Amino acid sequence: MAARNVAMREAIRRALREEMRRDENVFIMGEEVAHWQGTHRVTRGFLEEFGERRVRDTPISEMAIGGLAVGAAMAGLRPVAEFMTINFAFLALDAIANHAAKVRYFFDGMFKAPLVYRAASGWGNQATASHSHAPEPIFAHFPGIYVGCPSNSLDAYGMLKASIRDDNPVLFTESIALYPKPSPMPDDLNDDYLIPIGKGDIKREGADVSLVAYARGVDWALQAARQLARDDIEAEVVDLRWLRPLDMELVYNSFKKTNRCVIVEESLPMYSFGGEIAANLQEHMFDYMDAPIKRVAAEDVPLPYSKDIELLALPNARKVVDAVKEIL
Amino acid sequence: MVYFPTDMEEQIAVIDEGKAMAAPSKEMLLDWYRQMVLIREFEETCHQLYEEKRITGVYLHLYSGHEASGVGSMAALRKTDHVITAYRDHGIALILGMDPKAVMAEMMGKKTGSSGGKGGSMHLASKDHNFWGGYAIVGGHLPLAAGIALEARYRGKDDVTMTYVGDGATNNGYFHESLNMSAIWDLPVLWIIENNGYGMGTEVERASGQIELHRKAEAYGIKSFGRVDAQNALEVYAVASKAVEYARSNGPAVIEHVTYRYRGHGVSDKQYDARDDMSAELREWVKTREPIKILRDCIESQYGDVSEILAKHKEDARKIVAESVAYAEASELPSSYDDLLSNTYVASELVYKTDQSVGAGID
Ligand SMILES: Cc1ncc(C[n+]2csc(CCOP(=O)(O)OP(=O)(O)O)c2C)c(N)n1
Ligand SMILES: [Mg+2]
Repeated sequence: MAARNVAMREAIRRALREEMRRDENVFIMGEEVAHWQGTHRVTRGFLEEFGERRVRDTPISEMAIGGLAVGAAMAGLRPVAEFMTINFAFLALDAIANHAAKVRYFFDGMFKAPLVYRAASGWGNQATASHSHAPEPIFAHFPGIYVGCPSNSLDAYGMLKASIRDDNPVLFTESIALYPKPSPMPDDLNDDYLIPIGKGDIKREGADVSLVAYARGVDWALQAARQLARDDIEAEVVDLRWLRPLDMELVYNSFKKTNRCVIVEESLPMYSFGGEIAANLQEHMFDYMDAPIKRVAAEDVPLPYSKDIELLALPNARKVVDAVKEIL
Repeated sequence: MVYFPTDMEEQIAVIDEGKAMAAPSKEMLLDWYRQMVLIREFEETCHQLYEEKRITGVYLHLYSGHEASGVGSMAALRKTDHVITAYRDHGIALILGMDPKAVMAEMMGKKTGSSGGKGGSMHLASKDHNFWGGYAIVGGHLPLAAGIALEARYRGKDDVTMTYVGDGATNNGYFHESLNMSAIWDLPVLWIIENNGYGMGTEVERASGQIELHRKAEAYGIKSFGRVDAQNALEVYAVASKAVEYARSNGPAVIEHVTYRYRGHGVSDKQYDARDDMSAELREWVKTREPIKILRDCIESQYGDVSEILAKHKEDARKIVAESVAYAEASELPSSYDDLLSNTYVASELVYKTDQSVGAGID
């Protein structure tokens, strides 16, 4: 099938645009999404195409953005609410955790909140401590909302479409480092290409070790797998794609083959994705375990501004390779 | 589109009592000039260094164009008062007398920087100057300001907490909760809204229902000192002096400073390159409302030819900033794990005298 390299930013823009064309109820709101053309240029051209009714600049009012999306969704619209970066979604955590994730439940199915929160996530480029979070697991803590975290363009496209069309609230994170990164998209992609919510994906096959990751972690895992292959170590890269629902079956099947696992994530190490995967593995795959499970994550420290120590704090492919070698 | 009318007089609330205040002395005015040219030189140098990739990162928000707002208002403070602001903090740091060397070193993430390279451009602070810092989350510093002011109230001191907040930040929940609490607890905070017309790319009128931002004070029963032409340091000073004294003895007050960002929101802002209307607006501000020129004209109209002194201040600013760059570039970058991990927590000095077995056996 013919394919073309597309940056993740472009794939997300295409998915959003197609969904807005398809369904009049879909609209986007957020800081600088309209006139400024999007802080990360995802919504470039949207104001011109869809107008101010459907492309809404908001004030710097995250609490209201988070909660207003819930109300609009309950009332029948399908909001896509953008947080300029996920760091600012902390201000809306109450609306997300207590309302988006709960209105279905506490009125026993009377309402639904079909909305998508989009948020640019991740660290790098000396953005400094308060602007350097990759806190996807925090949002995935709450039942009632789904969390999607794509690692390449095609996934971002299909996952965002599913998120918009699904009747449940979804927090959809977009790794800032991956925005410009090109990856193949088939030329004859169907408008209805949807990636099922909660379905992970094997990004590379291998029998020696499972590298379990999501979003940018998949990138490091794939780089590490290529380096390991030079030493005849074949790593399998498991991309979970969604932190909630979590496709543990995919991880188990890989682990049954490799019996070893390194978990790779961009986020902080305590109370983390790594901890969740490792706990499930020890509980359900104890008989298949040949070595301790390793975790590669950011250092347990707020991120500094200064560039060398910032890099020191962050995961990378080399750290993944080292972790694999420790358990082989 | 263009929010600020060229005829400022119409927009600016009458600064009644303020104008009657004792006029600043010649020495004060010359010193304000010194501060303003130092800030401008520092900021424009930062801009240049960023272009040359000698300052790196993604965030650098300059105070060029805002100088009179900070200089005129902080001139109304005394040493024991407090200052806190957002990420547009370089000018505030320099006005307070922080060493430009340490500030420039922070821009470059050096160990000799005022925050040891951990904070960078958005997180300058100095305990010695009662400068409680620059903060990067919009509105996040506002409740901190109320807390700092609470300490003064709590302990019966009359120190004021001067708090700078952007126009965009006045639409954030932090702003409303903090103003309200400062009102009910009579906290000595002076809330200075630096209205530069935009929060990133959003004009005030597209972000705020009440576009006379100082009037947000009314909602909380806080005294407003109105809207001030903040390109004129004398006007700023006149009103700030009144408001500071009011805050000291009564409680919170609000002033709205109307100003303009010469370098856009920050280094990521390409609007002034891309949009003719924006660059025309900027040119108009520079032509008609340039704060350094306004101060200079004012000094000269009162005191005649002071060009030698002013030239010397400019020359000194160049020297000071050049030295700060040399110092920063020669300084070491933090690079070890110790550098990375230090100061995540206070090294606890708590002494546990209690017998740890005391609770044992209780059921
Ligand atoms: C809670 C939060 N939301 C969004 C941002 C991104 N952001 C940084 S500065 C800014 C604009 C702030 O404008 P204003 O308060 O007017 O201050 P100015 O930059 O004009 O000095 C925005 C939206 C942020 N840092 N924090
Ligand atoms: Mg502003």
